[in-house]
Amino acid sequence: MTIRNKAYVVGAFEHPLRLAPDHSTPQLHAECARGALADAGLSLRDVDGYFCAGDAPGFGALSMVDYLGITPRHIDSTETGGSSYILHVAHAAAAIAAGKCSVALITLAGRPRSEPFAGVRTGAPESGFESWVGASTQNSYAMCAARHMHEYGTTSEQLAWIKVAASHHAQHNPHAMLRDVVTVADVLASPMISDPLHRLDCCVVSDGGGALVVVSPEIARSLSRPLVAVRGAGEALKGPAGGRGLDLTTSAAARSGPAAFAEAGVTPADIKYASIYDSFTITVLMQIEDLGFCAKGQGGRFVADGNLISGVGKLPFNTDGGGLCNNHPTNRGGITKVIEAVRQLRGEAHPAVQVPDCDLAVATGIGGSLGVRHGAATLIMERQ
Amino acid sequence: MAEPRKLRAPEINPESKPFWDAAAAGTLLIKRCTACGEPHYYPRSICPFCGSPDTVWEASAGLGEIYTLSTLRRGPNAPFTLAYVTLDEGPVMITNITDCDPQSLAIGARVQVRFVASDGGAPYPMFTPVGD
Repeated sequence: MTIRNKAYVVGAFEHPLRLAPDHSTPQLHAECARGALADAGLSLRDVDGYFCAGDAPGFGALSMVDYLGITPRHIDSTETGGSSYILHVAHAAAAIAAGKCSVALITLAGRPRSEPFAGVRTGAPESGFESWVGASTQNSYAMCAARHMHEYGTTSEQLAWIKVAASHHAQHNPHAMLRDVVTVADVLASPMISDPLHRLDCCVVSDGGGALVVVSPEIARSLSRPLVAVRGAGEALKGPAGGRGLDLTTSAAARSGPAAFAEAGVTPADIKYASIYDSFTITVLMQIEDLGFCAKGQGGRFVADGNLISGVGKLPFNTDGGGLCNNHPTNRGGITKVIEAVRQLRGEAHPAVQVPDCDLAVATGIGGSLGVRHGAATLIMERQ
Repeated sequence: MAEPRKLRAPEINPESKPFWDAAAAGTLLIKRCTACGEPHYYPRSICPFCGSPDTVWEASAGLGEIYTLSTLRRGPNAPFTLAYVTLDEGPVMITNITDCDPQSLAIGARVQVRFVASDGGAPYPMFTPVGD
């Protein structure tokens, strides 16, 4: 059994706010749900599958289903950090293929700028052995960058090119938090946050959210939206695994990526556009290698000299400006990766960054902590 | 050298208590599986490699080398150095490198365990360059 062509993404909505002091988090979820359903030409009454992750407030799906006033017959609140929503598209497709639902709604929202998270997660099996080391996203991703530099000679200049490319795209997005085009020198001149990552190697922090609607082929054909099919997907988790054979230069995308390409029956060379989760520049570089766009260790060379800039390079990526410049709602960027890929496949991206004849796209993401334990999800979509 | 980080007492459960009791006595413990022979960290009662419940505590010599590291420069507790250390016994553990100039550190450097006091609980196994 495969999910290939069993489901279509017909609704995609990115909340326009990047700072939402006057909203509640459930309200942002609901506005995103309405936006994505309106985009599809559907309403909340049509929803019979609901998907959310750890950002859903209160008791997760229990609270949100009641708040939204929906009555789904299929629920999935799989939590893999910021990669959850890419994974949810695949899980929605599987549920639709199995007849468990026909209109799946996926929501994400939060307000880390207006309401910073101050809590500490306890009770995990690793808590006692790790909570005291002070691992934040910045220094744990930085440890991956340090090791990648050590093993493969990757440079800060090469990483900076990823930010440069994102900034070239963000200048065309009126909603982007950072719209100024930056240079490699600008990135290297920005303050060191955690060696070797500079401030401009890091994504933005934003309030906001997004939502997606995934439906059965029959419903997709009854709507007036372009047909964006789910063609293949993969998911994987990775952690220190008992401390044996730790390899911080390879992510779980080395498993989710090939699984997605195999199911889709395509190769990286076929991909016209790539949404690549960019919590940090190193996150992008490692996923490019792990998905097979280049060999392991060659990512630095691959991303340099504008190779990720739409209209300039071979692999246009994150044409909305990505998490690095546009939006990283509630510190979870997976949903915006799918949204921009859908825009590209529909031909609805900004004309300055729209990839010509974009009929095959990948959205891939890393959630949790790349340097400690993380989830990867990869989704391949096709315009039909 | 910046002010030491505030370190809350460790989160301890029945499965991990022997580790912290040993830490209080100045010994770093790892676990070894007597079925497959493999050592692991962080310690579990069930071997993460073969699934056997026949795991035993074992004292580590507390020596190893830095696999990777990063010194956080911003934030209330900065600067401090997060690292993975590959113990001579094999397992890699996430920890801090302390009591040294972060600029002097590099991947591959030899380090030894140094227990650092917590606020009212058992001490934490951090590492410092060998010879310091």
